Amino acid sequence: MTRATVTLPAAGLRWSRWPSLLALVALWYLIALLMDDPVLVPSPAATLAAFYHHLVEGDLITSLAATLARVAIAFTLAMALGSILGILLGRSQMMDDMFGGWLVIALNMPALVTIVLCYVWFGLNESAAILAVTINKAPLVAAITREGARAIDRSLLEMTRVFAVPRLRVLRRVILPQIAPSFMASARAGLSLTWKIVLVVELLGRPNGVGFEIRTFFNYFDIASILAYSLAFIAIVMAIEGCILQPLERRVERWRQP
Amino acid sequence: MKGFELQGITRDFAHPTPHAVLRGIDLTVTAGELLSLVGPSGSGKTTLLRIIAGLDRVFGGKLIWPDGRRPTTAMVFQEPRLVPWLSILDNLLLVAGEASRDEATVALAEVELAGSEHAFPGQLSGGMQRRASLARALLTRPALLLLDEPFISLDAACAGRMRRLLATYWQKHGVTIVLVTHDLREAVELSTRIVALSPQEGRLMKEVPLPLPRPRADAAIDEALAGLRALTDGWPQPSDSSDSASARCGPTTAQTSHFSRARSRFLALSRSIA
Ligand SMILES: Nc1ncnc2c1ncn2[C@@H]1O[C@H](COP(=O)(O)OP(=O)(O)OP(=O)(O)O)[C@@H](O)[C@H]1O
Ligand SMILES: [Mg+2]
Repeated sequence: MTRATVTLPAAGLRWSRWPSLLALVALWYLIALLMDDPVLVPSPAATLAAFYHHLVEGDLITSLAATLARVAIAFTLAMALGSILGILLGRSQMMDDMFGGWLVIALNMPALVTIVLCYVWFGLNESAAILAVTINKAPLVAAITREGARAIDRSLLEMTRVFAVPRLRVLRRVILPQIAPSFMASARAGLSLTWKIVLVVELLGRPNGVGFEIRTFFNYFDIASILAYSLAFIAIVMAIEGCILQPLERRVERWRQP
Repeated sequence: MKGFELQGITRDFAHPTPHAVLRGIDLTVTAGELLSLVGPSGSGKTTLLRIIAGLDRVFGGKLIWPDGRRPTTAMVFQEPRLVPWLSILDNLLLVAGEASRDEATVALAEVELAGSEHAFPGQLSGGMQRRASLARALLTRPALLLLDEPFISLDAACAGRMRRLLATYWQKHGVTIVLVTHDLREAVELSTRIVALSPQEGRLMKEVPLPLPRPRADAAIDEALAGLRALTDGWPQPSDSSDSASARCGPTTAQTSHFSRARSRFLALSRSIA
């Protein structure tokens, strides 16, 4: 059986990558040393100090929590909406003829435009922020899921029809396993996209969160804090990717192993 | 189940060029019979079976069920059609339900697949997959059983055992069976009646009842076969150049291969008769 598989580079890290990561830190140290301008290029040690400061005395935890909450809500909404849309487009030629073009436009819409429009139309509030992120991400999920839904094996569906297999069992045992790989692919692609857009949304019109903090540090030209916040956030996203998404994906792909 | 009736069944395909495959098939299948449908490759056997199974609804003519609806049906497709990510046992339970675990194990043992319950279809040979798909069909205890060349890609001895298994099952459960095959000998060994599809016209050519006692001995089968040569009139002959034969035979290599196997059977058959 063939079907479309979407492979994306893993955002999680393998242990073998640690030496190269250490080399990156060393390079950073070297550049900071050569530039010799602690404000413009803070050293890793200064960044670590800033991190500690924000962790203990500042708003790092609450900001991260606020941002992660937005990511979680928007991610869930976009996955649900995008998957349903993708399945409809992939299963019905008529739907695809009618709305396939809309999807192309949605995919190419700059994130900034949707965010600004949502804020203008719906006000500077939480719902507008979540909506903006969802609208930005759902088309990507829909596009990936559509490919998965298109590749559903008709011959297996025919088999279940002759044997009059109950619908729910067909969905669980035959249809969902075929959509799962593209669902996982869109979850991964979607997660990194979501948190990047959430930061922009926060920067433009929210009173808290990592994006908001980064704007504040930008105003004070506090590069060390910007780096500290970003690194903390990258670490969390990678942890989610490595501890949740990748094991899940391995489970989904298990039957393919010989 | 009371049998069913086909009235003037026609089927045209628009692609790649418009062509008629079935043109006016009239056939009454009586309850509990084991009907063999024979015909050369590309004559429309699978097409007709799909219409009976309800998978193809864009045909002309009428398909009449006495109760107004199709009875419980099981099918062995021309390809095994097992779900690749379910184990063999789970493939059987998919159609039969979780409660049939014990029966499924027995059914797999009957097709000589004991020990392969937890293998995935991709880990089995083609013949093993085909037997699994036979077990799946028998397990559901259908009123109507549709078999599309269920014994190809099995070695001769194994195919023989599977044929006997099917005959026993049919006698025990009184199921109505439509068996599609290239193999006239197989049809004679198993069926109560043989109908042949004509090579080109898409009609039923001949109907031959086979009121032979069972189990049928080789000698009796050979004798009956000799009287059936007319059934294969107009089938691509072994003397045809292979070019024209493969042109008639369609594009897929799978089709070509069992076509050529069938062809050599007929070659051997006509020699033995001469
Ligand atoms: N979906 C389809 N679209 C177009 N033509 C089709 C389609 N299905 C079948 N045909 C045509 O119908 C004819 C009969 O096909 P069918 O599969 O019924 O043959 P068959 O008798 O089962 O052959 P075989 O013994 O090789 O399985 C062939 O000429 C084939 O090209
Ligand atoms: Mg066929």
